[in-house]
Amino acid sequence: MDTLVARYSQPMFEKEYSEEDQLELCQPTPSLSLKFAMPPIAQPSAWLRAATDDHANPNCPIKIAHGTTTLAFRFQGGIIVATDSRATAGNWIASQTVKKVIEINNCLLGTMAGGAADCQYWLAYLGMQCRLHELRHKRRISVAAASKILANLVYSYKGMGLSMGTMCAGVTPQEGPALYYIDSDGTRLSGNLFCVGSGQTFAYGVLDAEYRYDLTEKEALELGSRSILAATHRDAYSGGFINLYHVKEDGWVKHGFSDTNPIFWKTKLEKGEFSNVTSELV
Amino acid sequence: MAAMFSQNPLMNGPNYSFNQAPTTASGNKQHGFYPYTDNGGSTLAISGNDFTIIAGDTRSTSGYNINTRYAPKVFKIGGTTDSQDDATLVLSVVGFAADGHALKERLDAIVKMYRYQHGKPMSVKACAQRLSTILYGKRFFPYYVTAILGGLDEDGKGAVYSYDPVGSYEREQCRAAGAAASLIMPFLDNQVNFKNQYMPGIGEGHALAEREKIPLPRNEVEDLVKDAFDSAVERHIEVGDGLLMMIITKDGIEEIFKPLKKD
Repeated sequence: MDTLVARYSQPMFEKEYSEEDQLELCQPTPSLSLKFAMPPIAQPSAWLRAATDDHANPNCPIKIAHGTTTLAFRFQGGIIVATDSRATAGNWIASQTVKKVIEINNCLLGTMAGGAADCQYWLAYLGMQCRLHELRHKRRISVAAASKILANLVYSYKGMGLSMGTMCAGVTPQEGPALYYIDSDGTRLSGNLFCVGSGQTFAYGVLDAEYRYDLTEKEALELGSRSILAATHRDAYSGGFINLYHVKEDGWVKHGFSDTNPIFWKTKLEKGEFSNVTSELV
Repeated sequence: MAAMFSQNPLMNGPNYSFNQAPTTASGNKQHGFYPYTDNGGSTLAISGNDFTIIAGDTRSTSGYNINTRYAPKVFKIGGTTDSQDDATLVLSVVGFAADGHALKERLDAIVKMYRYQHGKPMSVKACAQRLSTILYGKRFFPYYVTAILGGLDEDGKGAVYSYDPVGSYEREQCRAAGAAASLIMPFLDNQVNFKNQYMPGIGEGHALAEREKIPLPRNEVEDLVKDAFDSAVERHIEVGDGLLMMIITKDGIEEIFKPLKKD
C-alpha cells in the first residue's frame, strides 16, 4: 500500500530541479567534491580561451581581472610579503583596492597574481584543507605540505585554463620561515626571494640590488614597499595601494594598505630618488 | 525574434545562437558554439552608513535592437513570500540576461533554503561568499554576468560586494558595472570616495591635502545615482528607458522607479 501511495503521490513538477540541484539546496554548505559545470562541446578549454582570454582574443566577451606585482622574501626576521592592489580587465582598471595578500590562516599567507577568482577560490580551498589537516593530525600543517596541496591541485587542472602565480609564506616550528612559489603550470619552488606578475621584473630590479639575508625588520619592510613602488611606477598594470605583511614565528602582522601616490612623492622629494620625474613642466 | 538575427558588435560578427551562416558545399559544415549575448545596460551600487542603494537601468538590448524597455536587473533575494517583501538582500546582474536570471534564481533558492534550515536570514557576508562559489562553480563555462550584492552587515552598516564573471569578489564603498561602467565609475570615484579632491587653501603641488572621507547621507546618494544614470543615458546607446532603484535600510527594501530618456 505504501509503495502505491508513494508511486502516485509524487509532486507534479518533481523533475523541475535535477537531483544534483536538490542535493546542492539541501546541503548546509557547498560540497567538497569539486564538480564544475562544463560547456557541452568537444574542446572546452579552447572555447574558454576564446571567450575569456584577452591576450588570445582581444574581443573576448568575458574579461577576467588580471595584472599584478607581488613579492615575498625571506630574511633573518621572518618573511616580508608585499603586493600592489590594481586589477585590470583589458585596458580597464577594474579595481584599485584589491586585497592580493590572502590570509589562509593566522600564520600562513598566500599572494594573488593572475586570475583573481582562481587565486581567491583555490587559496580559500587551501585554507580549508589546512584546517582539516590540523584537526586530523592535531598539529599545524607545514608550509611545504600546504604548498604541495595547492601545486597538486592546480596540476590536476593543467591545460584547463587556470591562471595563477602564487606564493605561500609561513613560519612553522619544524621549518622556520618557509617560502614557496606555485603557479598554474604546476611549478612549485622553494626559495628566499620571489617576485610574481606583470611588474615582477621591476620589483626584482630593486629587490636584488638591496637584498641581504641579515636585513633588519625596518629595512626589510622598507625594501618590500620600495620594490612594489618601483613596479607600480614602471608597470601600467600595477598600481593603487601597497599592501605590506610581515610573517613571524607567532603569526603574521599587517603593516598597512597605503596609497602609492603620497609614498611616491615622499620617496622622490625626501630621498631624492625618481629623479627622472620632474615636478615642473619642461 | 529580431534579436537573434542582429549584429552584435561585441562578439565580432553575426550573433546567432548557433552559427547559421551558409557554408560552401565543398567545405565541412562547422557549428560554432556561441552561448552568450550581451544584453547591455548598467548597474550601480553605493553603500552608506545605514543604507545601501542598488540601481540598474531597465533597457534590454541585443546589438542595436531594443528588446524591451522594462527588464529589471536588480532583484530582491531570499524573502519568504512570492513578492519578496521581507527580503534583506539585493542582487544586481548585468551582462547576459538569461545567465543573470539563472544566477538570481539559484542564489534565491539557496538563500531561502538557508533560512529554512537555520531559522534565520542569511547575512550579506555569508551570501557574498556563497555567491562567489556559485560563480566559480561555472569557472569553465562562466555565467556571462557582472554581479553586485548589497545589504546591511552585522553592524547595520551598508555593504556592497562586487564580482567578476567567475567569482572574484571584494567589499567596496561603491561600484558601477555593465556597459556604462567606464562612464559612471570615474564619477563615483570623485563624488563618493573624493578621489582627486583636496582641501581648499592648504597649499599647492606636493603640499595638497586630500579631502576628508565621510559617508554620504541617503538623499545625496540618491541624487548621485540619478545623475549618474542621466549622464550615462546621454552617452551610451545601451542605457536608458527606466531606472530601478532599491534602497536597503533596517526597515526593509524600498523600491523607486524613475523614467529615463527613451531614445
